[in-house]
Amino acid sequence: MQESDDLGILNINNSLYRTRLSRKFRNRKPYKPSDPGIIPSFIPGTVLEILVKKGQKVNEGDDLIILDAMKMQNRLKCHKKGKIKKIFVKKGDRVSKGTNLIEIE
Amino acid sequence: MAVDKKIKELQEKRKKVLLGGGEQAIEKQKAMGKRTARERIMSLLDRNSFIEYDMFVEHDARDFDMDKKSLPSDGVIIGSGTINGSPVAVFAQDFTVAGGSLGHMHSRKIVKIMDHALKMRIPLIGINDSGGARIQEGVNSLAGYGEIFFRNTISSGIIPQISVILGPCAGGAVYSPALMDFVFVVDNISKMFITGPEVIKTVLGEEISMEELGGARVHSEITGNAHFFAESEDECFEQIKKLVSFIPANNTHNTIIAETSEPDGRFNPEKIVPDDPTLPYDVKDVIRSIVDKSEFFEIMELYAKNIVIGFGRMGGRTTGFVANQPLEMAGVLDVDSSDKAARFIRYCDAFNIPIVTLVDLPGYLPGVDQEHAGVIRHGAKILYAYSEATVPKLTVILRKAYGGGYIAMSSRHLRADFVFAWPTAEIAVMGPEGAANIIFKKEITSSDDPEAMRKKKVEEYKAKFANPYVAASRGYVDAVIEPKETRRFLLHAMEVSQNKVVKLLDKKHGIPPF
Repeated sequence: MQESDDLGILNINNSLYRTRLSRKFRNRKPYKPSDPGIIPSFIPGTVLEILVKKGQKVNEGDDLIILDAMKMQNRLKCHKKGKIKKIFVKKGDRVSKGTNLIEIE
Repeated sequence: MAVDKKIKELQEKRKKVLLGGGEQAIEKQKAMGKRTARERIMSLLDRNSFIEYDMFVEHDARDFDMDKKSLPSDGVIIGSGTINGSPVAVFAQDFTVAGGSLGHMHSRKIVKIMDHALKMRIPLIGINDSGGARIQEGVNSLAGYGEIFFRNTISSGIIPQISVILGPCAGGAVYSPALMDFVFVVDNISKMFITGPEVIKTVLGEEISMEELGGARVHSEITGNAHFFAESEDECFEQIKKLVSFIPANNTHNTIIAETSEPDGRFNPEKIVPDDPTLPYDVKDVIRSIVDKSEFFEIMELYAKNIVIGFGRMGGRTTGFVANQPLEMAGVLDVDSSDKAARFIRYCDAFNIPIVTLVDLPGYLPGVDQEHAGVIRHGAKILYAYSEATVPKLTVILRKAYGGGYIAMSSRHLRADFVFAWPTAEIAVMGPEGAANIIFKKEITSSDDPEAMRKKKVEEYKAKFANPYVAASRGYVDAVIEPKETRRFLLHAMEVSQNKVVKLLDKKHGIPPF
């Protein structure tokens, strides 16, 4: 867990500073815009039921997945009209927050 | 019964209670590298100074056959004693008795010593070593935690509250330390988390050890929950004693005045800071060049290292230091360093400790992660804390003070009482590179040789604005001083500020950005 003693370069307003870079800074993830077609898990939990099949047409408001999390059965609803392009998980999978569950096209 | 018989009876009762959870449990505690609760108190307090209260208290649970069980002292030791001669109130959970679990009477004992500390206006030191709520006592145990949190909150800013994590401290129990002023942890012994590895494994299938999840290093380096990291219980107790030597017993006291002595000659302020504002140095050496005996007691040494906070003495008087650290992340302000500094400023203000701020920063750290983590809200805490603080506020601008960073770091505009600047100071809206690119954009882009033009304009800007004299000409800086004059000017400023009176407008309380 030792911070590296090597000096790196930090650019602030076009000035280049010689300084140690923190682990948090070195490990930061570059920002990626989220894909509007993909539904990620909003909470860690277990996939209890998958209510749709690949290729199925869905409407806004349709139930897609029942996610068992924090002692609650959460029904994940479809946020737009479309077709199920991909299902990333299967029944019984434990998922962490942000795991991709379903892709809609 | 004759008197001597009664005395003997008392001695025997005591002897029984002092065994805590019994020899086997004590052996187990030792095997984990831990001392017993009473041993810990003895190692922390001055020799023979500890008086124990409520030794004969027993639990009052009746369900689940608990009425057939005896839990000596109900798993927590309370009392008072002295550290360096100053009175303190202490509680220490006894892991050898029912795993230090917190039930109704256990919590009533803690509450008793907390009320006592508040009434007597003396510091409270709590040693945590507990498996958590005593499940058999149900909601009574939860009520106990609630009563403790409430008292932590109302005592805040009146008496110092010091939390020492010497074992597990899990679930709701963690919120008492979180509400206290300083949290001490020891490597391989302290464990703090809301939900433990077991729950995380069940819910997520993720495996993590207690140490990696909430060990001493994690809380010292990553979460910022802990203020002091030690390798052993002994080292931890030494750190506590040292802290207590710096802080007043309560918010009406002025700090103990120690004998004054000069900094040692190893630290020459003129030689520490390079003129080139992009080069690093250790700002702690600058602090050491200023304080008595060159002795600086750092707080949160391992967390958000881009800002340095801690205590030193100036002319014998405890002084809080806040300093940007150019050696780490160029000394930028960011989410973590703002939280770290702001809370310390509020601590100093609550306990009448003057604040010396050493400034050398390029501004706030840019980045999506910072913006999304709420650097606006977190950064605002520093502005709030400095503006609200009425203790003497002395600022020394060592080198860079750019933009929002200049304003935030105890500037005149947030009511610093004294602002000094070294001749190396650059007080400007941003660094010359950035500023020249904006102000002279037209000249640069329309030039035949934009790069040469840019360089020229950067130099121009540097010559004109990268100095302390523009700010000094407006009175934002009171004096431009030689580095070697710093201690003399600060000592004078402290002397002058001794009777400082500032009345803030009457209000119930402000609403700081949390």
